[in-house]
Amino acid sequence: MAKDEYREFRLVGTRPDRPDGLDKVTGRARYGADMTAPGMLWGAVVRSPHAHARIVKIDATKALALDGVKSVVTRADFPEGLTGEDWNLQENTIAGEKALYDGHAVAAVAATTRFLAEEAARLIEVEYEVLPHVIDVDEAMKPDAPVIRHGVSDTTVPEGMSPNIVRKIEFGNGDLGAAFAAADLVMEKSFKTEATHQGYIEPHACLGQMGSDGKGEMWVCTQGQWYIRKMCSAVLGTEASQLRVTPSEIGGGFGGKTTIFMEPLSLALSRKAGGKPVKIVMSRSEVLRATGPTASASMDVKLGMKKDGTLSGIQVEFRMQGGAFPGAPTEFALYCGLAPYKFGAVEAVGYDVIANRPRCAAYRAPGAPMGSFAIESLLDEMCLKLGLDALDVRFKNAVVAGDRAAYGPKFGSIGFVETLEATKNHPNLLAELGPNQGRGIAAGYWFNHNGETSVSMAISEDGTAQVSVGTPDIGGSRASIALMVAETLGIAYEDVRVNVAETGSLGVNEPTHGSRATFASGKAAVLATEAAIKEMCKRAANEWGIEPDAVEWADGAARPAGPNAGQFPPMTIKEIAGAMGSTGGPISGHHESLPDGVGASFGCHVVDVEVDPETGRTEILRYLVVQDAGRAIHPSYVEGQYQGGAAQGIGWALNEEYVYDDKGRLQNSVFLDYRVPLASDLPKIDTVIVEVPNPGHPYGVRGVGETGITPPLPALANAVRAATGVRMTHLPMSPSKVLAALKGR
Amino acid sequence: MSKIHVTTTINGDEVEFLADPRETLLDCLRDHVGLTGSKEGCGTGDCGACSVTVDGTLVCSCLVLGVEAEGKDIRTIEGMADGATLHPLQRKFIEHAALQCGFCTPGLLVASKALLDKNPNPSEEEVRYWIAGNLCRCTGYDKIIRAIMDAAAEMRGEAA
Repeated sequence: MAKDEYREFRLVGTRPDRPDGLDKVTGRARYGADMTAPGMLWGAVVRSPHAHARIVKIDATKALALDGVKSVVTRADFPEGLTGEDWNLQENTIAGEKALYDGHAVAAVAATTRFLAEEAARLIEVEYEVLPHVIDVDEAMKPDAPVIRHGVSDTTVPEGMSPNIVRKIEFGNGDLGAAFAAADLVMEKSFKTEATHQGYIEPHACLGQMGSDGKGEMWVCTQGQWYIRKMCSAVLGTEASQLRVTPSEIGGGFGGKTTIFMEPLSLALSRKAGGKPVKIVMSRSEVLRATGPTASASMDVKLGMKKDGTLSGIQVEFRMQGGAFPGAPTEFALYCGLAPYKFGAVEAVGYDVIANRPRCAAYRAPGAPMGSFAIESLLDEMCLKLGLDALDVRFKNAVVAGDRAAYGPKFGSIGFVETLEATKNHPNLLAELGPNQGRGIAAGYWFNHNGETSVSMAISEDGTAQVSVGTPDIGGSRASIALMVAETLGIAYEDVRVNVAETGSLGVNEPTHGSRATFASGKAAVLATEAAIKEMCKRAANEWGIEPDAVEWADGAARPAGPNAGQFPPMTIKEIAGAMGSTGGPISGHHESLPDGVGASFGCHVVDVEVDPETGRTEILRYLVVQDAGRAIHPSYVEGQYQGGAAQGIGWALNEEYVYDDKGRLQNSVFLDYRVPLASDLPKIDTVIVEVPNPGHPYGVRGVGETGITPPLPALANAVRAATGVRMTHLPMSPSKVLAALKGR
Repeated sequence: MSKIHVTTTINGDEVEFLADPRETLLDCLRDHVGLTGSKEGCGTGDCGACSVTVDGTLVCSCLVLGVEAEGKDIRTIEGMADGATLHPLQRKFIEHAALQCGFCTPGLLVASKALLDKNPNPSEEEVRYWIAGNLCRCTGYDKIIRAIMDAAAEMRGEAA
């Protein structure tokens, strides 16, 4: 077990009220669309109604003739000559020669009122030459498929394949032929998942201002203000340091707010309108048509197993389309899908494919849910065939510290076996099942991430502390960081204020992504606090006339480190802070790094369902999430991540999908048709927090945000199989699909 | 388009504003009255983030025109606390960690208050169906349900 199993904490692991709670239950918290500015204009975006079309002409004459219309921008207002990812960002912000998907922005307009901007957008005339389109990944890979764009493929793609295949991934180890020959059972199956959207309830919103001198400001809902700064500057050809980006409170992101969409348009409109601020708020339909979705996937898996459940070898080929630009998370799907088990020999192939769909953005453990769906579904099917217990087989093959992951690195301290043990001991596994009911089990994995991190903290004159972090608080990270800083300083939780800083007041930070906020900003905050403690010890040492290293910090006070250091009463943080103006000036600490010591997180979910044989509807009877948190700093928000991840995975498994017509137009661009889980769809979601502390973090944190969305897809497919005898291989398992499968039994 | 003068009562205070007849009540609350606590998540009445009450009836303010507010009694999230004293639902939402991003929270609080005003002792299932018109993408609803049930128990004078 981990070395600090018996450490006791004063605050870590307690459940205080979150610092921003009062603002958020009274309506005071300010989100993206809640900001206004003097002289503000409203922006509206003209979007392509075609999946794939050449833009012949854009005529804004009628729009500009309206009183109150202040500026119109098209691609001609953006710099030429960008390459690589900068070009991708610019092209996705506003189409150049071609519109690449239904909803692709082609022009934008700013006017004195929202209605006027919308009217002006309707008056901008765009002439299109409609081109053949393709949206399905397997269709897009065919040699005769319509080509989205030439020259995107990198050198990994063999000659002769469709130009829509932009990257091929290959890795493996061992002798697969021998492994399959040694197996008692070899099975293969193909699986598909549809694109889903992160579905944050807050639509993208920003208020941008930029003058002709290239200096600008932006208020925006984002997971990463420095990413907004860097990306907008690249797209506009301006200097990053001249743009100051302030993150609003954020109404959900799940990865979808780690990049830019219409933000550069507001700055370009503002610059062209003499520097007047321009606010753009997306409609829900714009959000679904033009932002965020995840990739869709088509996957083949072949697996070998011995009679006792030992895995002998696996062959996988994953094909994923991520919209009109490179970046489908095929690699992560392979890595995460293969991570939990010792498979023996491995042969993995992946394709990143482009198609006429919106550019995929990160969505909670990008790729992992698809990969796990395919692999964990086939694993379950083989357990059934061989009459083996699904949990026992997972125990038998589970990776432990020191094992090498299929994708290369050796696992450090991990808690997968402990997670499986906690699953096995949960009372939900003893619940009896009736007719048409079934139980499904599946595991999941996410790497977790460190990322560029910069934190500063300062001791105030009264001995309280302020901490500036660069990671927006999506789900309680102010609380977890305040707990860790207060624990380290030895002061009250309420005496620490955590501020999410704008780009002008802190060094570069990556977004709140990769489950990194409590790990990386938390670790950096603790290290910054330790720097301030060192300075406070020095002040006490100077006062006492002893060496600084003869002073230690405990329970919120400097103390002589031992009897040899001298006899002095403890000097409290309040005393040191109160005197700091005359003992050497302000006391603060800061830390900048790529924090090392990331700890991966495994989870296991168990779901019981009842499938209505007359309608095909799947009702969830009970749901269990077990996951290794490393250590839960604020257990309520850890449970919240587990429950929220499970709910999104349930939606993906049962309901959610992008539906296109034969012209490649999205057919379900409102919440009535893109149906995310409602309170009445879900049961109580039970959680067990496993704590195998991460030795790479001062309080053992791993990061908990993402793993939880992965197991629900296969767990539900396995439960439906157990309830009905039918193996569903194409998500979502909507009632009509399940009913058709039941009839075909 | 010429604007229409509207006089209405919001959270007990008389308020006047000029509404474009195309504007929703949500637009008017947010853009004319400065009450941005009610949120727009969809604009089509599917997500409930804009929930308010009009003469005691729970509505999506994105589906009501601003000019319809004339002479009505409107209650929003900003009027839910009694001065500095939070409504038990607001307190229990914080206590139970029933919010993560907090964007759906105002609508959920207004909607669940409307439920408890009508039915002080709802079953869990009744709560789940009542708030089925309020989408939350962060929490999986579990802690929201606990918070509402606990607030209802406290308001009935029962120990939690």
